Amino acid sequence: MTLAERELSGIDEQTAPQRGWTDRAFVQLVLARLREFYREPEAVFWTYGFPILLIVGLGIAFRNRSVEQMSVDVESGPDAAVAASTLGTNPRFIVTTSDPATCAMRLRTGKTQLVLSASGSPPAYRYHFDPSRPESVLARNAVDDALERAAGRVDRLKTTDETASEPGGRYVDFLVPGLLGMSLMGGGLWGVGFVTVDMRIRKLVKRFLATPMKKREFLAAIMVSRMLFMIPEVFIVLVFARYCFGVMYYGSLWSVAFLVLIGATMFAGIGLLVASRAKTVEAVSGLMNLVMLPMWMLSGIFFTSDRFPGAVQPVIKILPLTPLIDALRSVMLEGSSLSSQAARIAIMAAWGVVSFAVALKIFRWQ
Amino acid sequence: MSCRRVLTPHPDTRTHLPVSAVIRCQNLFKTYEGRPPVEAVRGLDLEVAEGECFGLLGPNGAGKTTTIEILEGLLTATSGTVEVLGRQWGRDDDAIRQRVGISFQETKLSEKLSVRETLALFRSFYRRGIPPEEAIERVELAEKTKSRVGKLSGGQKQRLAVACALVGDPELLFLDEPTTGLDPKSRRQLWEIIRSYRQQGRSVLLTTHYLDEAERLCDRVAIVDRGKVIALGTPHDLIVSLGGEHVIEFTLDDQSANGSSTSREPDHDVFLRLPSVRSVHDDHGRTCLSVSEPHKALPALLDCLHSMNLPLASLTTRHASLEDVFVRLAGRHLEDEESPTP
Repeated sequence: MTLAERELSGIDEQTAPQRGWTDRAFVQLVLARLREFYREPEAVFWTYGFPILLIVGLGIAFRNRSVEQMSVDVESGPDAAVAASTLGTNPRFIVTTSDPATCAMRLRTGKTQLVLSASGSPPAYRYHFDPSRPESVLARNAVDDALERAAGRVDRLKTTDETASEPGGRYVDFLVPGLLGMSLMGGGLWGVGFVTVDMRIRKLVKRFLATPMKKREFLAAIMVSRMLFMIPEVFIVLVFARYCFGVMYYGSLWSVAFLVLIGATMFAGIGLLVASRAKTVEAVSGLMNLVMLPMWMLSGIFFTSDRFPGAVQPVIKILPLTPLIDALRSVMLEGSSLSSQAARIAIMAAWGVVSFAVALKIFRWQ
Repeated sequence: MSCRRVLTPHPDTRTHLPVSAVIRCQNLFKTYEGRPPVEAVRGLDLEVAEGECFGLLGPNGAGKTTTIEILEGLLTATSGTVEVLGRQWGRDDDAIRQRVGISFQETKLSEKLSVRETLALFRSFYRRGIPPEEAIERVELAEKTKSRVGKLSGGQKQRLAVACALVGDPELLFLDEPTTGLDPKSRRQLWEIIRSYRQQGRSVLLTTHYLDEAERLCDRVAIVDRGKVIALGTPHDLIVSLGGEHVIEFTLDDQSANGSSTSREPDHDVFLRLPSVRSVHDDHGRTCLSVSEPHKALPALLDCLHSMNLPLASLTTRHASLEDVFVRLAGRHLEDEESPTP
């Protein structure tokens, strides 16, 4: 057991040497923050449990199914029986037979991907679908194929499907770096911003100021303790994704660790800046949401930010979260080297340094 | 409010000041910007001698907290000079901070930390100091060493706050309203802590709006009202300055007073002619006489009232207190929040 752990656990406090390294102000400030954090079960749960809940939820919702099933509606009628029975025997389709109005409603509300109507004998088929929905187009082609084959079409080309679901290309693989970035952002802003404002409200900041404590040690301790909380947080996410979803990390773990560290520092700095003037919890919460909202939407947590128009791309690229997630994805999924991410690292470092410097300058001490 | 000032101005006690001062401030002004601007401190002078316990006594809103926070270097004065331990804020901040201990009116220390952890944290800010355990012992929290701050009672929290001020082994202790809101037992415990700190020859500046606190703890008291010192001296001197150390208070039966309000005004002069009566004032319908020898004044007063056919409703005698000094000088009680415009 190291001294720090012994201090943390509160055991055997009397034997700590007088004026050893644990008696330094900076160490004591960090220890105080760590103790406050670990003794607050809710904070621990939200910091460590929330990212995992998200991965589990999204991983299940978007898991890759071996047989992609499509739901198809058939408008009821005497001529539709053949189509319904043909499609019903194919495991790829979930067939529902309803009256035309119900079918139209189900299509409009996205409950079905395709509506099939048949008339005459031999039947003439009509497909109703939304061409802007990829799964509708897929369903139309698949149903068309199935009906044609059932009607006796013989394919002249000999084709074989070699399907692959490689780790690295699945949605969950894409998601893990995004969630990691998101939790570094949320944790940094909340962990630093909220705590700082809370201490200001309790007049604890002012009380510390009435001692010979050094201001930069106080601010640095808040940032460093946040980074210490983050280590288990990141570790849990990475291990969970690796062993429960088989997510593979292609780049070096040291590179990932470096990116996580620089990302956490950056968001701790931004958190400090957001909290530097706020006098109430409400004010700082509003500010933090204002800061985080654009990044939640634009920085590519859940889907790639390339989907946004080219005109806004330069703005998206310099939002703090974007370079972090992009760099994490490059390193984790493509095995890129850190040096190839130099530009992104530079953007993050700039955000961190500027935020900390401005926060130090404008910080409201009482 | 009716208050007739019959007293000559209180004697200037600044003439017998000890030589070495730990706090010296002159012509202190503090105006908070705003609409309208608030003049919290309006020309305040103070000198606190080494080894002295000095009290700033005054009602809420008198400017006590503003004054002590300027002296603590947490607020900057609008104008005036401040010297603490021979040094000035803005130039030798660290040197002063290393040698003073401060306790606020209200600080919410981290509830999740234990008593010992809190003190170890505060101890770490100072180059010199006493071990956390010793600070814990001084404030009698030994059995709470490992308790979380959140589990302490109000009095224990306040003692911990004082321990945080003591852990740097300060030469000068600032205490802002140290016992406000505490039960009598906790107050006495805190007074004991302050007394034993003083026995080491250290100095204390405290603010309070409790008279008993000022009378029991302080060597000298400055009575502050509306941002100014209106009286300064030892509690005893201030009380003596009233002209009598005793107070006789009485009220007259309402029936006899009915309709004769105009004829009551000259009563004051009647009472002033009684033996050993030094001053007279009305206080919320009571008549208060400052008296040096109550055994002479009382029979005379009773005779006098009897001869004027004024029946008594109540009568009490007591020792004069700083409250009487405040009422005399400010024209109202310490507890009166809203000050009547003069």
